[in-house]
Amino acid sequence: MLIFERSQPGRSSKAQAPNAGLDDSLLPDKFRRQQPAELPSVSELQVVRHYTNLSRNNFCIDTQFYPLGSCTMKYNPRGAHKAAFTPGFLQRHPLAPIEYSQGYLSCLYDLQEILKGVTGMEAVSLAPMAGAQGELAGIAMIKAYHDDRQDTARTEIIVPSAAHGTNPATATMCGYKVREIPVNREGDVDLDALKQVVGPQTAGLMMTNPSTCGVFERKISEIAEVVHTAGGLLYYDGANLNAILGKVRPGDMGFDVIHMNLHKTFATPHGGGGPGSGPVGVADRLKPYMPIPVVAKEDVVFCWLDQEDLPKTIGPMSAFMGNAGILLRAYAYALMLGREGMIRVGEFATLNANYLAIRLQQAGYTLAYPTRRASHEFILTLAPEEKAYGVTAMDVAKRLLDYGVHAPTTYFPLLIPECFLIEPTETESVEELDAFVDAMIKIRGEMESSPELLKSAPHTTPVRRLDDVKAARELDLRYAKPVQATQT
Amino acid sequence: MMSNTPEELKYATSHEWVKADEEGNVTVGITDHAQDLLGDIVFVELPEVGSLVAATDEAGVVESVKAASDVYAPVAGEIIEVNEKLNDSPELVNSDPYGDGWFFKIKMSDSADLDNLLAADEYSEQCESE
Repeated sequence: MLIFERSQPGRSSKAQAPNAGLDDSLLPDKFRRQQPAELPSVSELQVVRHYTNLSRNNFCIDTQFYPLGSCTMKYNPRGAHKAAFTPGFLQRHPLAPIEYSQGYLSCLYDLQEILKGVTGMEAVSLAPMAGAQGELAGIAMIKAYHDDRQDTARTEIIVPSAAHGTNPATATMCGYKVREIPVNREGDVDLDALKQVVGPQTAGLMMTNPSTCGVFERKISEIAEVVHTAGGLLYYDGANLNAILGKVRPGDMGFDVIHMNLHKTFATPHGGGGPGSGPVGVADRLKPYMPIPVVAKEDVVFCWLDQEDLPKTIGPMSAFMGNAGILLRAYAYALMLGREGMIRVGEFATLNANYLAIRLQQAGYTLAYPTRRASHEFILTLAPEEKAYGVTAMDVAKRLLDYGVHAPTTYFPLLIPECFLIEPTETESVEELDAFVDAMIKIRGEMESSPELLKSAPHTTPVRRLDDVKAARELDLRYAKPVQATQT
Repeated sequence: MMSNTPEELKYATSHEWVKADEEGNVTVGITDHAQDLLGDIVFVELPEVGSLVAATDEAGVVESVKAASDVYAPVAGEIIEVNEKLNDSPELVNSDPYGDGWFFKIKMSDSADLDNLLAADEYSEQCESE
């Protein structure tokens, strides 16, 4: 039920209404509403109950295990929220003169430096507002670089088939033709296929490493060499940075440009829980094209670098400067971890994933890449179960909800049939991991004894199995206010 | 469950089927195996009539609740007709992949392109090994 449907004419919350005594005589007529805004007419208590009950229906990381692969849904430490809520940060106006923003700018400057250090890139811009925008900025920089050198015959971006869907989308948005190359049965990029498609038309290659197959790309040095020799640049999709944070650096692997998802790796809220943040890091040759503004330090004063300082910039990504509150949370998170803690993120994320992979394999499940060590995530294929019991990955995912576990990513990457992509992250304890394995063992028993229980799951959630086919075929995205009797 | 792979058709490795007539026109759709893997189809994007395609060019998109996939032109030529019915009834691809669920027709520029396609048994073999 929407809050609009609780509305009763004339009802309001007087205690929350604007002060009636305000002098609004300065507001010109042309800016005044001719019709009152269509807000729900409800009492304060109705509002509180409505949203509290909605929040209780939420299946979230604060209440349940959330092993969503390739999304890195990790816990958002409360300390980082608290730091970002410091009144000096909260009340800072984006147009305030920089002499009143030195504290804030110093935090952003430090964050740029931390991200540079941990990724091995030469410079970082915090401007992009989300991962997808970071990708757009990254490929736009690659294009600006080639254009600047009058190297305009480069019209193609190469993307491995295990890529995130946003990669080909980004390349297309920037005017490139996408060339897909396959990955082999061990999850590595097919190097021969790469050698066949690179050439003078290659603008760059977009890669996620570890890939969405949940394994580290072992031939990354050779891949970098092949692409660089052909004159192309290497783009690193930071979606899986969590696995290697502080252990291996994209800059050392030969990547020219990367985006990082602070809302994944640096534990800021996401998944409906908050705005994203997708800073980009660049190698030396892409520095002139970075999105603005970038924070610089001159002697002891922090300032913004804008168009004047970076005349070849691809431009700003938003009206101001990234998502301030998210950048501050990421900064606080990085400081809480410190250099030592940063390395332990990747170690524990990988340990947790491999622990789960081995235990689930022992329980009879099939690993998609059994010969490989998992990175921060790993893939089960439920194709054998589908064949034996007629139970799909979707059925198992839905049944997990009944056991109090959020479903992992299903049916992605597309290469793996009945795909189940699991990422526990470093913040889960061994007890939580064991509880997940226990649930998967029970579900395995149910496949044999009562497959119907899985096919009709979930049974305990506020909303049962949704008809996703009908939802996609008959899109219904707007609330239509019922027509009421004409008011006189 | 075995997928249906009619003997009289030709197949592309990218899971399109091709039916050629005597005038050098071909009808193209996606195979039973492909529709089965994709699951319930919810949207189909078709090429423009009159557009020219090279063999293995992207010529459309098929979207299911699980995934979106490109549909490739198995042969080079001009698009002469598209199946408008799929705009309103994408589920035809699931229910009748080799009949009412066809995608588009191409007037071939070189009928030798057909020689690069797979026969039914070769395509079945490919599906088995996937």
